[in-house]
Amino acid sequence: MASPIRKHRDDTGRRGWGRRLVIGAPYLWLSLFFLLPVLIVLKISLSYPELAQPPYAPTLDLSAGWEGIVGFVGELSFDNFVFITSDDLYVAAVLSSLRIAASSTLILLLVGYPIAYAMAKAPEGLRGILVAAVILPFWTSFLIRVYSWIGILRPEGLLNGLLMALGVIDQPLTILNTEIAVHIGIVYTYLPFMVLPLYATLERMDDSLIEAAQDLGSTPLKAFWTITVPLSWPGIVAGSLLCFIPAVGEFVIPDLLGGSDTLMIGKILWAEFFSNRDWPLASAVAIVMLVVLVVPIVLFREAEARRMEEGR
Amino acid sequence: MTGRLSPFNVVSLTLGFAFLYIPILILIVYSFNASRLVTVWGGFSTQWYFALLENEPLLDAAWVTLRVAFVTAIVATVLGTLAAVALTRYGRFRGRALFTGMVYAPMVMPEVITGLSLLLLFVAIDVDRGYWTVTAAHVTFSMCFVTVVVQARLVAFDRALEEAAMDLGATPLTTFFSVTLPVIAPAVIAGFLLAFTLSLDDLVIASFTSGPGATTLPMRIYSSVRLGVTPEINAASTILILLVTVGVIVAAIVTKRSVMMRQAG
Repeated sequence: MASPIRKHRDDTGRRGWGRRLVIGAPYLWLSLFFLLPVLIVLKISLSYPELAQPPYAPTLDLSAGWEGIVGFVGELSFDNFVFITSDDLYVAAVLSSLRIAASSTLILLLVGYPIAYAMAKAPEGLRGILVAAVILPFWTSFLIRVYSWIGILRPEGLLNGLLMALGVIDQPLTILNTEIAVHIGIVYTYLPFMVLPLYATLERMDDSLIEAAQDLGSTPLKAFWTITVPLSWPGIVAGSLLCFIPAVGEFVIPDLLGGSDTLMIGKILWAEFFSNRDWPLASAVAIVMLVVLVVPIVLFREAEARRMEEGR
Repeated sequence: MTGRLSPFNVVSLTLGFAFLYIPILILIVYSFNASRLVTVWGGFSTQWYFALLENEPLLDAAWVTLRVAFVTAIVATVLGTLAAVALTRYGRFRGRALFTGMVYAPMVMPEVITGLSLLLLFVAIDVDRGYWTVTAAHVTFSMCFVTVVVQARLVAFDRALEEAAMDLGATPLTTFFSVTLPVIAPAVIAGFLLAFTLSLDDLVIASFTSGPGATTLPMRIYSSVRLGVTPEINAASTILILLVTVGVIVAAIVTKRSVMMRQAG
């Protein structure tokens, strides 16, 4: 007669096992392939190379127990970070990455907003097709889309050929291997990330508010500034973040379009790693990038989440 | 307001889509150029497509890329779906904050850092780099995107259905496979395709984590692009663009049909 009870216990037992697997498998994977690597980067950034190859001193000797840990911590060195902050190259690279990402994001907003707005105002049957048309280039290779601009922007490329044929310019403009080309590349490849969140907020917007404003004598432009723009603020923030964050760490675009004069931190890290083979220094650059980029984003998201909790 | 577009909106859409598509169209057109010079039009030719068929390194790279992408998509879909279920169905569990952080952080982390950190891991644990290390790296960053996509669907899902199944005596496992999974299937498929494409497309992380013999197609294209623009790469790019376009259209039709079937049935 104890069977119902046992059945119940069996159920919770199986549930507990399943639950452990559901949480445990991704947890284990991410601990091994995300958390541990980041900790290793942190450790190596605080190390110094002996013979410029791994293992880097100091090494953590857990078998020595507490003394091993104390000895390890005591030997950690901040030299890499001191070097980065005192060397103009790295400071300049961080600053110019932030500057290029910020100006590209601003251009993306100016280019993307009219497109998203027009999409949201399009007849309903057309909207799905327009959204698909914005997403389609995103599915084609990022590398190929960046590459396609090399042929266009080169001194003897298609853009210069067209402008000279039209008589706009006499001499080919130098666009490739400049910051302008990097901006074009970022705006081109990131446009879907800006348009889609903007479209999502604009599409949901209630047009009766605009009509009310215009009935009350507001000009269309004023109605746009005082109603449409504030209401689409969540889309503006989301789109800008989606573009700004990856743009700061961008490697492919500055490498292929920016030439040797464009300083960006992702490119510096790559060069430090593959050309100079200075792994501790490359790790320190990575930690600086994480602190500059990821920490503010996490804090911002936390603040946003708290604001929404309170708003409810 | 739904109805006709204002002239301003028509201009925005035309310019916007011209900007998005003209570079890709130029690339496709020049893949049929008879001249080796990319800027000079020397007549129509398909010679670069035939040249591709004899380009062994490129074909090898394409094969590696497809295998990596396929395995990545499978593992990332399973792990990403599990993570999504854990986050939406198991309210509070020990280490949830860390778990949430680990799920979202790889998405905002610059690729160069993900690549660097994984390489340092593989060096630290002394693993030979190659096919499997690239796959593990790709799973790690693409499973997060699967989680986000599946989670969105799970949140919108009516839990009463699951509870009803459990009340009727279904085990959690049966409930998952006969109730939950069919409902979230479109999101799981979308997640799979997303992971597949992300893996197919990745250059930076693969460059850090691959070893000799595991050169992926983007790595191969990247190294030839650095030497200059060639019609052969235009041809390879055109094939990739066409494959992806067909894939996306098929996926769209499949999703649409499954939505329509559910609404009808």
